[in-house]
Amino acid sequence: MSKKDSEYLINRKDNQYEVVIGLEVHAQVLSESKLFSASSTKFGAEPNTQVSLVDAAFPGMLPVINEFCVKQAIKTGIGLNAKINKRSVFDRKNYFYADLPQGYQISQFKDPIVGEGKVILDMPNGQKEVGIERLHLEQDAGKSIHDLDPQNTFVDLNRSGVALMEIVSKPDLRSPDEVNVYIKKLRSIMRYLGTCDGNMQEGSLRADVNVSVRPKGSKEFGTRCEIKNVNSIKFMQMAIEYEANRQVDLIEEGKTIDQETRLFDTKKNETRSMRSKEDAHDYRYFPDPDLLPLEVSEKFIEELKNDIPELPDDKKKRFIEEFKLSSYEANILVSDIDTAKYFEEVVVKMGKNKDIKLAVNWITGELFAVLNSKGLEISQSPVSAKNFAILINLIKNGTISGKIAKTVFELMIDGDKDPQKIVEEKGLKQQSDPKALEALIDKIINDNREKAIEYKQGKEKLFGFFVGQAMKASGGKANPQLINEILKKKL
Amino acid sequence: MSDITKQSLTELVENIENKKLSSTDVTKAFIDRSEKSEKLNAYITNDFTSALDKAKKFDQKPNFDLKLPGIPMAVKDLFCTKNIKTTAGSKILNNFIPTYESTVTENIWNEGAILLGKLNCDEFAMGSSNETSFFGNVQSPIDKNLVPGGSSGGSASAVAGQLTPVTIGTDTGGSIRQPASFTGIVGLKPTYGSCSRYGIVAFASSLDQAGPMAQNVKDCALLHEVISSYDPKDSTSIDFKRKHYSKELTNNIKGKKIGIPKEYRVDGMPKEIEDLWQKGIQYIKDCGAETIDISLPNTSYALPTYYIVAPAEASSNLARYDGVKYGFRAKGENLIDMYERTRSEGFGAEVQRRIMIGTYVLSSGYYDAYYLKAQKVRKLIKNDFDEAYKKVDAILTPSTPSSAFKIGEKTNDPVSMYLNDIFTVPVNLAGLPGISIPAGHDSKGYPLGLQIIGKAFDEQNILNIAYAMEEKINFKNKITDWWIK
Repeated sequence: MSKKDSEYLINRKDNQYEVVIGLEVHAQVLSESKLFSASSTKFGAEPNTQVSLVDAAFPGMLPVINEFCVKQAIKTGIGLNAKINKRSVFDRKNYFYADLPQGYQISQFKDPIVGEGKVILDMPNGQKEVGIERLHLEQDAGKSIHDLDPQNTFVDLNRSGVALMEIVSKPDLRSPDEVNVYIKKLRSIMRYLGTCDGNMQEGSLRADVNVSVRPKGSKEFGTRCEIKNVNSIKFMQMAIEYEANRQVDLIEEGKTIDQETRLFDTKKNETRSMRSKEDAHDYRYFPDPDLLPLEVSEKFIEELKNDIPELPDDKKKRFIEEFKLSSYEANILVSDIDTAKYFEEVVVKMGKNKDIKLAVNWITGELFAVLNSKGLEISQSPVSAKNFAILINLIKNGTISGKIAKTVFELMIDGDKDPQKIVEEKGLKQQSDPKALEALIDKIINDNREKAIEYKQGKEKLFGFFVGQAMKASGGKANPQLINEILKKKL
Repeated sequence: MSDITKQSLTELVENIENKKLSSTDVTKAFIDRSEKSEKLNAYITNDFTSALDKAKKFDQKPNFDLKLPGIPMAVKDLFCTKNIKTTAGSKILNNFIPTYESTVTENIWNEGAILLGKLNCDEFAMGSSNETSFFGNVQSPIDKNLVPGGSSGGSASAVAGQLTPVTIGTDTGGSIRQPASFTGIVGLKPTYGSCSRYGIVAFASSLDQAGPMAQNVKDCALLHEVISSYDPKDSTSIDFKRKHYSKELTNNIKGKKIGIPKEYRVDGMPKEIEDLWQKGIQYIKDCGAETIDISLPNTSYALPTYYIVAPAEASSNLARYDGVKYGFRAKGENLIDMYERTRSEGFGAEVQRRIMIGTYVLSSGYYDAYYLKAQKVRKLIKNDFDEAYKKVDAILTPSTPSSAFKIGEKTNDPVSMYLNDIFTVPVNLAGLPGISIPAGHDSKGYPLGLQIIGKAFDEQNILNIAYAMEEKINFKNKITDWWIK
C-alpha cells in the first residue's frame, strides 16, 4: 500500500492542506507518594485528605525530591529510546492561581531529565517514527471546583504536588489517526514499564495538542494553536479535526492565524480562544533555589536499564520470529501488556505439542468477545490462562471439535471451570473411533441410497449432506476429519 | 540574684548545673526584665506563662546532660514555632499559628531550652534597621531612637538588652552580623547548608541561613553547636561532620594567616571604621597570627548582585501569601481582585518594593540581563574567595561601613539603607561563614563590629579567631537601661 492512499488531507476547492500536530502529554507518574512530599497519590480520596504542609505551601516548608519518581522518569526515557540527562534542573514556573498553593509550579524548563528520543507507530500502511523532543518532571496543581457554590470556589489539593511526566513530541504527527496510535503506544510503553497507569478517566494521561496546517508539499510550518488539557483520545481527534478545518478556513478566506492557546468545548465540539500570544503568561522561570540540580550517575542509569522489561516493539519482534505470527496478530497481542502476559502464559501452559495460531485465534476471537460483552479487562478474565490453554490443547489433540469447544468455553466462563472436566461430565468427547464411525456411516448410506447414487453420478454437492447427517447422528461429537475420510472411501 | 540577666549563657548553664540557680529563677529573671522592657518593642509575641510552667517542670525533673538545661530563650519571629503565632514581622501572617516547628528551634528545645517568645524583625527579614516590621520599629538598648539594625533587630536588642541570654536570627545579606555590630554583641552567619532552613519563613532561599547571636564568642559557639545539624527535610542542608564548637574553642591562633582585602576600603567610609580595622589587624598580630593583604576584585559588584538575586527569589517565595490558604485575606470582587487587595494591604512598602524588583528581573526579556548576569557575577565573587583562601585561613573586615543610625534617618533612602550590607552580602553570595564581634565604639559611644570571614564549614576557625580577639579587645557594652524607668 502506498503511503499516499492514507494521507490525511483537508481539501478546499483546488487546495489541499496537510495537518501538523505535536503533543505535550502529561502522564502521572505511578508512585505511592508525591514528587516532593510523602503524601499519598491515591485517586478518589475525600478532598484535601492527601495534603501535606509542603503540598499546601505553608511558610518554611521545603520540597525534597522523591527518588522513586526520578527512577520512573528515567525508565520512561529509556522506554522512549531517549537520551537520559545526568544533570537536570528544577525550575519554578511562577503564576498565581487558587489551586497552585506555592504560587509557582516546580517543573523543568531548560534542563529536562530526558532529552531526545523516538517512538515507532504501527500504521496500517507501515511503520512511522515520531520524534520525542524531551521528557521532564513537574508537579501537578490542585483542583478548583467552581460548581459547588454560586459565590465561592472550592479548592481540593489532593492532586497538588503529584508527579507528572510531560512528554513533548516533535511536530511529526500528521493525522488524528496517528495521534490515536501515538497516545496508545505511549500508554502501552509506560504500562509495560509500570511508570504510568495510563488511566485517562482518572486524568493520569492528558495532553496539550499543538495544531497547524500548511499547503500540501510545503516545508514551512504554519502558525500553531495549542489546545489545552484534552483528556481523551476521542476528544483529541475531534479537537484536531475541528481546529485544522478552522485554520484552513481562515487561510482560504485570506485571513491569518493568530498564535494562541485554545480550549476544546466537548459539548459544542469546537475549540475557542483562551488567550492570545500577547496575553501569554510570563512565567518568570528560574532555577528553584530550594532544590539542588538533580544529578544521576551512569551506574544509576545502568541499573535502571537492567530493570527494563521487554517492551512492546521487542516483544512483537520476538512473537513474529518465535511464534511465526503475522505483524497484525503480534500487534494485537503486544499493544496491551496484560494481553501479552495472558498470551505468554497460555503458550507456556499449552506445553510441548502446542498450536499457537489456534490459541491466538481463540484469544482474539472468543476471549475478546466475552471480555467485550462483559466490559472486562483481560487481567480480569473469567477464564484463566491455564484453563484456556487446556481448552486449546483439547481442540489440538482432537478430543473435541472447534464447534464443541465453543460450547465448552461458554461453560468455562462461569467460575473458571476446567474444560477437561466439562468434556467428561457432559460427554462431549469427540468420536474418533474409526470402527464406530464406519458403522454409523454405513447406516447413513444405507438409509439414503438414492442420494448416494446421485453423488456417484456426479452430484458432488451431496457430500456435505452426508457429513451433516453423520455429525447429526453423532450428536455433533464425531471427528469431522475422520468422517470426511470415511465418507470418501465409502461413497 | 538580681544580676541573673547579666550572666552569659555559659555562666547560666554552669549555675543551673551546679544547682546555684534553678531554671525557674533564670526564666523568671528574664521574663521580669522583658516585661520591664516593652519600650524596646523587641517582642512580637511572648510566651511567658508557659515558659514559666516549662521551667518549673524542668526543675522538677532536671536533665543536666543537655547543652541548654532549662535555659529560657526568645527567638526571631521568622522561625515557625508549633502552636505559637509566627508572623515574620508581617501583617499578612498576623494570624498565623504553625502546627509545626522549625528544625533549628526543635534542636534548641531538644537540648533543654525554653521558649520565651518571638522577637521582632523586619518584615520577611527585608530591612537593615527593623523599621519595616508591621509590629513597629525596635529600639536599640544602646541609645534612645537608635536603630538596632536589621533584620534581626529584635534579636539584637533582646540580647544586648539582656531580655534573653542568647538568641537566633537569620542572615540573608547581613541580618545577623549588622545588628550584632550595631548593638555590641556577637553574631554568626554559618556556612550555607550548616543550619536547616526547614520551618524558617523563606526570604531568599539560596542565601538564608539561621545563626546564633550572643553576648560573647563562647556562648555563640555553644548555641551554634546546638542549631547546626544535617536535615534531610532541607535539600540544601549539607551532611558534613559538625564539631563540638564550644569544647574545641581555643584562643591559640598562632601562625594563622588572616587576609585583609583592600576592596573593603570603600569611598566615604568614616575614619573611625578604618581605625577600628587597623586596631583589629593589630589585635590579630598580638595573638601571634599573621595578616596578609589580599584582593577580592569583584567586591564592588556584590551589592548590586545581591539586590537582584535576593528580590528575585523573594518575589517567588512570597507568592504563597495570596490570601487563599492561611494568613490575612482582604475581600475582593473576584480572585484577582482578592489577590491584589490582600497583597497590597498585607505587605508593607519595602516588601512590595522587593517583590517588584524581583518580578522585574525575572521577566522574560530581562532575565538574561539581570538574573542570569547576577548569577554569573555571584560565581565570580565566590571565585575571589576561593582564590584568597589559597593564601589565607580567614579574612578580617569591618562588619558595617558605619555605626548605628537614628530611627527614621534612612527610611526614605533605600539605597543608602542597602549600603549598610556592603561588607556582609559578599559572604552570603559565596555561602561562607562570617562572624561579627564587637570591637570598639565610635565617637558617639555606639558599638562597632569587626567581621571574620571563614572558609566553608570552617566555623571552628573563625570562632577561634573571634575568641582570641575578644580577649584582646575586652569590649564592654555600654548598656544604661535607658528604657527602664
